[in-house]
Amino acid sequence: MFTSKTVGLSLAITFATFVYAAESPNLGTLASAAEIAAYDLTVMPDGTGLPVGSGSVAQGVRLYTEQCLACHGTEGEGGLNDRLAGGHGSLATPAPVKTIGSFWPYATTLFDYIRRAMPYTEPGSLSSDEIYSLTAYLLYINGVVDDEAVMDARVLPEVVMPNGDNFVWAYEP
Amino acid sequence: MSDHDSTVTQEHSGGKLRARITEPVELLPAAGNGLLGRRSFIKAGLGAAGGIGLMQAVPASAARPGHMRSPGPGMSEYGSPAPAEANVKRIGIGSQRGTTGSGASRSPLEHLHGIVTPSGLHFERHHAGVPEIDPASHNILIHGLVKRPLLFSMDALARYPTVSRLQFLECSGNSGTLLAAEPPQLSCGELHGLVSGSEWGGVPLAVLLDEAGVLPSARWLVAEGADAAVMSRSVPLAKAMDDALVALYQNGERLRPENGYPARLFLPGWEGNMSVKWLRRIYVTAQPAMTKDETSKYSDLQPDGSSLLFTFPMAVKSVITSPSPGLAMQGPGLYQISGIAWSGSGRIRRVDVSADGGKSWVQAALDDLVLPKSLTRFTSAWRWDGSPGVLLSRAVDETGAVQPTRESLMSNRAAGAFYHYNAIQAWRVGEAGEVNNVYV
Ligand code: HEC
Repeated sequence: MFTSKTVGLSLAITFATFVYAAESPNLGTLASAAEIAAYDLTVMPDGTGLPVGSGSVAQGVRLYTEQCLACHGTEGEGGLNDRLAGGHGSLATPAPVKTIGSFWPYATTLFDYIRRAMPYTEPGSLSSDEIYSLTAYLLYINGVVDDEAVMDARVLPEVVMPNGDNFVWAYEP
Repeated sequence: MSDHDSTVTQEHSGGKLRARITEPVELLPAAGNGLLGRRSFIKAGLGAAGGIGLMQAVPASAARPGHMRSPGPGMSEYGSPAPAEANVKRIGIGSQRGTTGSGASRSPLEHLHGIVTPSGLHFERHHAGVPEIDPASHNILIHGLVKRPLLFSMDALARYPTVSRLQFLECSGNSGTLLAAEPPQLSCGELHGLVSGSEWGGVPLAVLLDEAGVLPSARWLVAEGADAAVMSRSVPLAKAMDDALVALYQNGERLRPENGYPARLFLPGWEGNMSVKWLRRIYVTAQPAMTKDETSKYSDLQPDGSSLLFTFPMAVKSVITSPSPGLAMQGPGLYQISGIAWSGSGRIRRVDVSADGGKSWVQAALDDLVLPKSLTRFTSAWRWDGSPGVLLSRAVDETGAVQPTRESLMSNRAAGAFYHYNAIQAWRVGEAGEVNNVYV
């Protein structure tokens, strides 16, 4: 039943919502540029967020062998954990293999992800130069760049991934 | 035992479903293989229990068993389940080879009741284990396309007006084992337990974003966790402004560490991975960041080799939790078929149940609380005559979306597509009362 009591209640709720929106607690403190820089780990597809530094495929081979191979296998295959290379042209077959080279749409994601999460047991331990080197190496073993490649904040966002234009957004803002 | 019993009718009053007991009626078959009308479900259950009670002989010592002869232990600071329930625990626990923290554990759905999962049994999905976070030194940064970049301490957040909602969280990889060519012989929780329901309490993210002052060019935000994987996902600003929470509470207490203590994002109805745990940063942007967990993972391969990004809402789904594998039938007679249904698009409108593999269906009763983007409990009375049968449940949500059959779901699915499996589950009840997973 819709009584005068329930009318009163719903009015009170409306009023409370209004006051709450108009008078927000405002208990956040202004973050300084230095504080933001300390938190910010995101690399955007256009390269926003990439740090200064650079790294080559040759440097990447050495780092990969020391720090990644045990879990991800020789040249990114046959390891304990995620396969990082191969599978090209397999996506529309009955046995698709999704790897950096066969699947990933953006090369910037590699820098973003290695910096935040790898190596698995010691994330955050690599320098920017080392991450650029590993990114270059992983792109190389996937046939995306050649063995002379050097990655930095200018080059990496321009790398075109083989499967890059094969994605459809199911959500458009 | 008499089939005459009170019936229960259901009325909609003010949008809430209420059960009312009226005169006795007969429990009449409503669909094939012994399914009874939903109007008779509650009293049928009581009748069955009463019948069993009367038939049991009462031993003399039962008049005053040991626990009635001396006082029991006293009060405790934090209670635990009864010792006899020690078998009710998370199941299907697995992690990537060589790791302990990159994996999942599942809710034992077959042992749970109602629509709230005890916090300690909520499913887990971690990418680098559970971080131990000191709330006194944890902050959430909001920055990017905002007028004022702001840092919020946990003490500050606790002073905000909060909202609480009973809603489900489901990993989009839930039920993925059912893509296997042969039906895996696992329990209900092992198959479908990457879904749980909780009362989530916290501060609407919109309130914090408004304080920071979102700029007109903003369309997305990147949410980031404080675990060792610094897990991050891009979230549409529209969702953040609609019903996103910075959750601090779960089922009346602070979040459990494995569910994001001291603060997590909670995005009602959307794939679980986006509800970033151990929330440390909200980066307001014009574009998505294309993180590893929204491109390499949690994207959906299509049969033509293309892939969908950003398949956010969890589709309409249901599963019968009892009977289910491991819960053997105790001989012919009256049973309550019970299960959960949910949809990321709103309320559950109805659930139909079949006991003959889909030849005939009866509408199940929905328990009292039918809430948007929440687990909804359904029940249906079943008189099992001891012959084999196949139990199914099929949910429909308030948008009219119908849970698909496995056949239709598989018919236009790429071989490597793993996420968002919401097909109808079939349980075969055999003559010996055993229950098995089958494809129909
Ligand atoms: C101890 C084992 C281990 C080591 C060492 C390791 N990784 Fe990983 N790696 C993993 C695991 C486990 C995952 C999956 C993490 C998850 O659950 O999200 C992963 C995921 C990845 C991925 C994402 C794969 C995909 O297709 O989604 C990349 C890229 C990667 N690692 C790169 C590296 C690099 C580069 C190194 C060396 C610096 C490295 N890993 C060292 C275990 C390891």
